[in-house]
Amino acid sequence: MGFDQYHEPPEELSAETRTFARLCASLTEEAEAIGWYEQRLAVEGDADARAIMRDAQGEEFKHFAMDLEFLLRRSPRWQEICAGVLFQDGDIVEHGEAAEAGSADAGDGGESESGTAASSLGIGSLRGEDR
Amino acid sequence: MNHLLRHLAPISDSGWELLDGEARERLLPPLAARRLVDFAGPHGWQHSATNLGRVEAVDSPAADGVAAAQRRVLPLVELRAEFSVSRAELADNDRGALDADLERLDEAAQRIAIAENVAVFHGWAKAGIAGIAEASPVEAQALGASAEDYPRSVARAVEALREVGVEGPYGLALGPDEYTRVIETAEHGGYPLFDHLEKILGGPIVWAPGVKGAVVLSLRGGDFLFESGQDLAIGYSHHDADAVHLYLEESFSFRVATPEAAAPLSS
Repeated sequence: MGFDQYHEPPEELSAETRTFARLCASLTEEAEAIGWYEQRLAVEGDADARAIMRDAQGEEFKHFAMDLEFLLRRSPRWQEICAGVLFQDGDIVEHGEAAEAGSADAGDGGESESGTAASSLGIGSLRGEDR
Repeated sequence: MNHLLRHLAPISDSGWELLDGEARERLLPPLAARRLVDFAGPHGWQHSATNLGRVEAVDSPAADGVAAAQRRVLPLVELRAEFSVSRAELADNDRGALDADLERLDEAAQRIAIAENVAVFHGWAKAGIAGIAEASPVEAQALGASAEDYPRSVARAVEALREVGVEGPYGLALGPDEYTRVIETAEHGGYPLFDHLEKILGGPIVWAPGVKGAVVLSLRGGDFLFESGQDLAIGYSHHDADAVHLYLEESFSFRVATPEAAAPLSS
């Protein structure tokens, strides 16, 4: 069995990083499936088959959204940048550049595990957490 | 670089790791509101207000026949708890010491967590925040003189919520004294009171410093809305030869969408 979602030796990664990597892999798979259904729908002529595929694609949209939300909650800077880009009218590239520039650790040389670049403590919601 | 100015502090990478880790560890237990209410964000430091979806009429600036209205918003509040860290302690941490004295950070974490809890559960009139307990139309019933009375009063509060159509599960925020009474009490037959209360509620019992008495509230969602601008973070103020002066900071708004989804219990 392969563990292709890891690019570093899994035993050297923390449990949190392994979970993060698994969800990143899942997000990629959902996006891939969305693209496949889009292509199948474009060529399928049978109305019943199209209805099933449209329904299945809807499932993939949901899975993608759940994966993404999980990842954003675990990555404050990613969340911050996405907040500046998603569901906004106007120029997507401009929003992206502005969100990146305005994000918490912009200008500090990118992401860092050390803490000099990170800002938020990443606490967020504690619903469902054991105390 | 951002407004926290962390890059200007004379603190090494391992020093920041120490401070952020300690802050998280000290903040997680007392942040009771976040265990019970809906949390949106963080939307960033520049996020200044929550949309209330309402308007109020204002006089039209010019011609007759033009109606005017102004949007109502709830401005975010900023909380800041200052603390200092000895530079000698930070230097010892860099050398590998494992017992750095971070008492002032710990105290600041406790202060800001309590301030957040008080704003959410009891309100902050000057900031336009109505607290869950104050907003509830349910008249506060007594929690009871002893812990043995708690199951009955909590069950009555749950029943009061059900009667007005507020579904569960329900959570219970308990002030520190009341929480201690619950965890040290076993009912007749040795059944822990904590477990009994959890069965009544169907949801968690939360240690809530800053809460007076207790509050039973629905966890179905959509009733109590915490909106985070900048989530809790450590920023840099200034330093001298002996200490680095820092602060814990956050911005947020809180509003109650369904006042009847909570029932306060007085101590």
